[in-house]
Order: sequence, then C-alpha cells, then structure tokens
Amino acid sequence: MGIYLPIAEISVNVFVLLAMGAAVGFLSGMFGVGGGFLITPLLIFYNIPPAIAVATGANQVIASSFSGALSHMKRGTLDFKLGGVLLAGGIVGSTGGIFVFGFLRRLGQLDLFISLLYVVLLGTVGGLMLVESVNALRATRSGAAPVLKKSGQHNWIHRLPLKMRFRASKLFVSVIPVLGLGAGIGFLSSIMGVGGGFIMVPALIYLLKVPTNVVIGTSLFQIIFTSAYTTLVHATTNQTVDVMLAFLLMAGGVAGAQYGAKAGQRLRGEQLRALLALLVLAVAIRLAIDLFVTPPNLYSLSGAGLN
Amino acid sequence: MKGPGSFAAAIFLSLLAAAVPARAQTPLPEGIQIGLSTDNVSITAGFSGADLTIFGSLENPDPLVARQGRYDVIVVLEGPPKPVVVRRKDRVLGVWINLESETFENVPVSYSVATTRPLQDITEPNSYKQLSLGASNLYMQPADAGESPATIEEFTAALRERKAAAGLYSENVGGVQFLSQNLFRATVRLAPNVPVGTHKARAFLFKSGLFIKESSAQLEIRKSGFEQSIFRVAHDYSFLYGVFAISLAMVTGWLGRLVFRKD
Repeated sequence: MGIYLPIAEISVNVFVLLAMGAAVGFLSGMFGVGGGFLITPLLIFYNIPPAIAVATGANQVIASSFSGALSHMKRGTLDFKLGGVLLAGGIVGSTGGIFVFGFLRRLGQLDLFISLLYVVLLGTVGGLMLVESVNALRATRSGAAPVLKKSGQHNWIHRLPLKMRFRASKLFVSVIPVLGLGAGIGFLSSIMGVGGGFIMVPALIYLLKVPTNVVIGTSLFQIIFTSAYTTLVHATTNQTVDVMLAFLLMAGGVAGAQYGAKAGQRLRGEQLRALLALLVLAVAIRLAIDLFVTPPNLYSLSGAGLN
Repeated sequence: MKGPGSFAAAIFLSLLAAAVPARAQTPLPEGIQIGLSTDNVSITAGFSGADLTIFGSLENPDPLVARQGRYDVIVVLEGPPKPVVVRRKDRVLGVWINLESETFENVPVSYSVATTRPLQDITEPNSYKQLSLGASNLYMQPADAGESPATIEEFTAALRERKAAAGLYSENVGGVQFLSQNLFRATVRLAPNVPVGTHKARAFLFKSGLFIKESSAQLEIRKSGFEQSIFRVAHDYSFLYGVFAISLAMVTGWLGRLVFRKD
C-alpha cells in the first residue's frame, strides 16, 4: 500500500515503514537505546532525502525514548538531576549542530559528513563495546565475578573542579564532563538524527561510573528532550520534519519496543552488550562500504538554495 | 505500488476544427488545439504515479495528408522551472566526495513527452533544437557562464541522465494516437515524484516533417487537501508544527506503552 509523504514529497510503502519501525523498536527496547542510529541510515537506504531522514529520525526517537523512560521512571531507575545537567549541555550542543547542519547542506557535503560521523562513531563505540563485552563473557565463563564498577576507583575525570552530588546515581563528580557529554551528544543528535543513546550509555557507564541500572533510564530521559529540541529546531529552520513518515515509524516502533524489552530481560548484561556492539559495528561497516566503493552514480542533483 | 492510475476525469477536447467548413479555393492554414477539462490535478495519499490523458484536435487538416499519416503531433508536459545543482563525486583519499558542482537556472523539474512516432522519424534534429523540443534539446542555462564548455556539457548530460533515471524526464513514443482525422489523444506519464506547481502542456503539429503550429495550456498539480495542509502548516507555522510533531511522538510513545506493555 503506497502512501504519499507530504514533506519528503515521494510515495512510499506503508508496510515497509511499519516493519522498519517495528524491527528498530524491537532492538531499541532490547538494548535500551533510542534506535535513531539505525532508523536514519535505513531511511537513507530507502531513498528518503538525508535531510528529511535526519530530522524525522529525531522525531521518531522521542516516541521510543518517552515510552522507555516511562517504564524506568516507574521502576525508579531514572536520575532526574543527572539527566537535567546532561540536558543543559545538550541544548547548547544541539543549537550548534543545527547551524553546522544547515551550513553543510548548502555546501553539498551533508551526506558525506553524516556518513563519516556514523562510520567513525559507530565503529569506535561498537569496537570498544565488543572488546569489553567479550572480555566480560570470557571472565564469567572462567568463573570470575564480573567487575564492571568499583566505587573506589577514580580516573582523571574525578579530579576536575565544580563537583556536584547526584544521589540517585550515587555519584559525586564535576559538572564539566557531564555538561560536555551532554553538549557532544546534543551536537550529534542534530546532525545525525540520533538520540545519542549508543554513545551516552557507554560514556555514563565507563567514564562517569554511573550504575548500569540507572544509566539507561537517565539516558532515555535526556534523549527525549534533546531530540524534542532537535525536532523543533529542524522544523522551524529547515522544514524537514515529515510527521506522516515519523508517525508510521513510531507506530511500528512503540509496538516493537515493548516486545524487545521483554526479550532483553532474558539475556545477561554482557551478552546484550556484545549483541549491541555487533549491531553497531554492522551498521558502521555497511556505511563505510558506501564511502569507499565506487558509487553507481557519480552525479547527484539537488535544488539550489532550499533543498 | 507502481500501478499507474489514470486520470479519467482529466481532459476534454475542443472541436473547433469540425465547425469550420473547408473551402475549395485557398485551404485554410492548419492549426492545433488542446483543451484541458480541469486546470488542476490533486495528488492524494495513495498517489503512485499516473497517466494523464490530453485530448486535442487539428484545425483544417488536409484530408489527403491525414490519410497518408503525414501529420505528427508531439505533446509535452513541462514542470515548473527551478534552479538545480549538479554535483560530481570524486575520489579523495579513497573516499568518494562531492567535489565539483554546476548550478543551472530554470531547469524544468519534470518533462514528459508523448509522440505519434519516434522523435527521429518526425523531423530533423535541427528543428528540434530550434524549438527546444525534447529532453535532449532543452537548453540548460548555467549560472556561471565562465565555465569551460566541456564541463558544462558534461554536467548538462549528467543532469538529463539523472532526471531520466528519476522518471522525471520521460518519453512515450506512440503516446499520441489519432482517433479520427482531426482528433487525437495524448498520454503523458506523471512520475510518483511529480513536482507540484504549474505545469505547461504544449502540443506541436508537424506536417511531413515541417513544424506547423504549437498550442499550449496550463495545468496546476498540487497536493490534495490533507497533504497540502500538512505541507503548508510545516512551512507557515513551523514552530507549531514542530510542537505538534513532538506531542504526537509523546502521545504515541505513551499509548504504545499502554497497548503493548509487556512488563
């Protein structure tokens, strides 16, 4: 069944979009990430113009992270104070990102920049997570108890000034890295159409040593606001948010997310992380191939000025 | 999803020619008329491309020439002109990057041609060029006239090729059929991604390879009510639209949890 998208101005298949949303929703519910890093490349593979894929991806992420954050709020695994500080940084980062986005689009290098960012970030994060989780899996197999977090352990981040106490996370840390992390993720969110969960989750766990059970809820909480802000700014400056497209993805996504969350409970933490790492790496490799393989069409068209 | 719908309601003909009695002494000059019964076509949610039918008639056709099939008609549906940037990817350090680009002014967004016979059988390449008729004869005006002719030619060719690949520039040989001596029907293809705006339908009459006359009509292609409203709101009230998109996402997320909750 075809449907005409009012902003993207092309006709697409409803069922393909619903299935795409459901599949990504399942994975995002399973791993506790927004799923933007999957949906945006998928939309681009499906011939949705990159600018619209990015803005609409951000809109779709709101739905899945809102749904996820609600369950975490109920379970009390959400640190509002930490989320709030991350958010303050996120707003600044997003604003910067939107300007860079518009600038690159006028330059004709937006697609390249998005692909490069995806390859570098997903490749790094996926690679690191894979190494860590495989080590953890080996450790559990050989009988040793997994050591993820030692509360006494400190790194350079804990020596920075302007310390602040985050009770829910049992954390006493400088606000500088928290704001910085928020800003960095806000920037990526507006350029890549992602919530940034796939970076936020490992960063909170490994850099700030936040307990894993609080990480996902808090990351989802701040992602709601960062992607809402991104959606709003893209809607006002670039008019690239397609609600019809976003709605179809969300409808599939929220359904898939609940099933995914259930499936995720059957797996152990390090197994989940290893699977997520493989998924992230697969997307990175797929995008890297596109960068290096001779494209079937060397020429591309775009409207001058607006599009 | 590609099934071409047909705009049955689209068009009607003007039979001016039939009303004029042929005179024996000096044959009146031949002419051509096309008429559209509607001056707008709406794109609805289910739109996946369509065939647009245009009816037309010849004025004062010479019965002998008509019987020998020496009248040819070419009908063109031309989309609104827009500036276009053509970019070429080149390899830099192993990575394919958009490097060179060329901007063209006033390029018709779409260009569908329907003809009675293959273009090369109707008339000389030169007369197509003079009439600027056919996708390969459209003059694309580069924004920067200082570029070398070779570069401009390369990018112009790429522009035509990309437009054809997107289904926006198309040619329908045999798409114009004579129903009687002076009545014809042309079928032009509207691609699924047909641009909205004012399109211009033009009909060219050839007699034994000579250009005789041209006639044109305008057609507005627009999104239907709902799609158009969304598009307009997104542009005119973009802030409210953004707020709406966010609320929609939140409500969907909340409802989704209520409906599908598994915990």
